[in-house]
This record gives sequence, structure tokens and C-alpha cells, in this order.
Amino acid sequence: MDITRRHLLVLLPAAAVAWKFVLAGTPEASPNYKLSEHWWSMLIDIPKCIGCGSCVRACAEENDVPDGYFRTWIERYHVADWKIERPEVESPNGGKQGFPPNEISDGKNFFVPKLCNHCADSPCTQVCPVGATFVTPDGVVLVDKNYCLGCRYCVQACPYGCRFINPKTNTAEKCSLCYHRITKGLTTACCEVCPTGARQLADLKNPKDPIHEFLRTHTVQILKPHMATGAKVFYNGMDGSVR
Amino acid sequence: MFKDIEHLIRLAAVIVIAVAAFVVLRAAVIPASFGQYGHYRGAAIAETAARPIAFAGHDVCEGCHTEEAEQKKLGKHVVVACEACHGALARHADDPSALTPAKLDTAVLCARCHEANSAKPKSFPQVVTADHSGGIACDTCHQPHKPKIEDEKPGGKK
Repeated sequence: MDITRRHLLVLLPAAAVAWKFVLAGTPEASPNYKLSEHWWSMLIDIPKCIGCGSCVRACAEENDVPDGYFRTWIERYHVADWKIERPEVESPNGGKQGFPPNEISDGKNFFVPKLCNHCADSPCTQVCPVGATFVTPDGVVLVDKNYCLGCRYCVQACPYGCRFINPKTNTAEKCSLCYHRITKGLTTACCEVCPTGARQLADLKNPKDPIHEFLRTHTVQILKPHMATGAKVFYNGMDGSVR
Repeated sequence: MFKDIEHLIRLAAVIVIAVAAFVVLRAAVIPASFGQYGHYRGAAIAETAARPIAFAGHDVCEGCHTEEAEQKKLGKHVVVACEACHGALARHADDPSALTPAKLDTAVLCARCHEANSAKPKSFPQVVTADHSGGIACDTCHQPHKPKIEDEKPGGKK
């Protein structure tokens, strides 16, 4: 069959559509990924969080997190009308199985998902005596588990309590922002399964990322700004009582 | 000119040997990629990136399961990714025969999100399952991919 111009015009878009699925079906380490072209962060929209625990379960499954340890977890805040400075915070098993109903009618009740803030000036990487934890050129704080001594300095240094010592490897562990996924063009496991879109991965170096529009039009905070950690997990609609 | 010059030569030799030993040991002990990007092993970045994934991502699911994807588009669950309910299925996406997704118990699954809780946003649809359905499976009445019941009358039973 001779391929006429008409055939080609029909075939090309079909091939383009098919190629998208070919690429999607085999997500491999992307050779086209350039460290210098990204600066990763995350947006957490507190008014959207329903505390279902999907993110916590997905994280454990994706990253083989041992039971009782958490790379991400959810806290339920109860701020009574008369003691705003002392909120009651609970996180049963990290919120992995959701939260038991509470029908407290006074004050405010809301969920706050937490994870590593991937600080640009991270206290944890500064204290590592061997250079086993570091901020990558694309803005993710990682742990080199082959190089970590397990000395726990970083666990103490993190002001957000995001690190733990893995009981199997005896090395420091934390959220890697699903580095093995985001470098392949996927979103993180927690963002993938979040049913309400309360968590969104964002690339601050990508001018087309909706994060820029969101940051312009919303009042967004980070956790513990007074510590000058350069945290890159942005919280929308966060109550002042959140620690 | 110098008396006892051997002393100096011997000292110099010791220093040279010590420096050489330091340089050789340092080269042997420090990983090749250390310092490539900063004070850490540069190869660790690629090692972390090389881990296998567990969640395939909804784009991959929708590549094959077009019927379900079309159905989801008609309801509010369009924003819920497939693996939020069905679990991590990258292995199934790679080879559909390797792993058959488990049947889901909607009585448990739906309640994870929709069980009433005062900390949930008020606009989010919530029910007390014990009152709403008495604990029977939600898919007895609702179709999970398009949960709104079609013949529902305005002002009727929720």
C-alpha cells in the first residue's frame, strides 16, 4: 500500500495517541529527566482533607514502610472554643485506618496531613556527619541508606518529626517525595490516591504548574516558618493552632 | 653543608610515605561520585530513582479499562484515582495475568471516606453507615464508579 498524504495525516495522530500509552505502560528511569529543571514541593489543601488515611496506606505500600512508622501521617486537631493555644491533637496509627467518629460540636475540628517538608535549608542535612542525607539539585531531601551510619542526629534535628530509624536496616528513613516516581513523570503515591485532591505535587520551576496560580490567589503557610527551614510543603487554609 | 643530613632525608621520606598513604587510602575509601553535586554520594540520587513503583497511576489503568473510565466521568468519583480504592496495581498493569485485583468490600471501603466525622469538611458527603444502610454493602444500591442513584427523587430519601 502506498502511503498517501491523506493516509499519513490519519496515521500520525493515531501513532501519537498510541505512543502516549506505550510510554505510560513502561515507566522507566527517564533518561530525559534533568535535575536542574525541577524544584519539587507539595501543596496541602487542609479544607479538602477528609482524613481517610489513603495517603498513609499508599505511602506504606509504595515505600515498604514498616508498621508503626510513618513517612506521612494525618493528625486530627480539635481546637476548643476557649483554649485556642492548646489544641488536642491525635493520630491513631498515623491515621492509617482513618479516624474514629468524634461528634464534638464545640470549637474547630480538622485534619492536617504531614510529611517531610523538603526544606531548602534543611536542619537534618546540616547535622549529618557523613553526608548520607542531602538536598538534591531538584529540591528533594533524600537519605543514602548505603552510607547512613544510623547515628540519629538527623532524627533529632528535624523540627517536624519526619524522620525515623528503620528497624530493619537501622538507617534513617523519611519521605523521599516518591523520588522514584516523580523522576518518571508520575505523581507521588499519596497524591495519586488522595480522593479529594487535598495533596498535590508541585514543581516550582515549571512555569505551567498550577501551583503558581494557587500561591498567588490563596493565603498559604508553611509549618514553623520561624525556624527558617525553607520548607516547601505549603498548607492552604491552615489554622493558627497547627504546630 | 648540613651535618647529619640523613636525619632530614629520613624525615622527608616519612612525610612523603604518609602523604602517599593518605592519598591512596582516601581514594580507596571515598566513593567515586562523592562530591559530584555536593557533600554526598551523587550516585545515591540515581539509586533512589531506580526503585520500582507500586502504584501504576490512573492514566495507565484508563488505557485498558475505558468503560470504567467513561462511567467515572459521569459522576463525582471522576476525581478519585482507580488505585485509591483498588490498591497498588503496577504489577497488574505490567502484566495483567500476574496479579488479579481483589474484589472489594464496599461496606468497609466506602465508609473510609464517607463515614461521618466532625473533622471532615461540611461540604463532603457523609453518612452514619449504621443509620444509612445498617452495614450492608454500599454497592447494593450505589454503583461505586458513578455513585449517585439515578431514580432518586428530589427531596426523597438520601
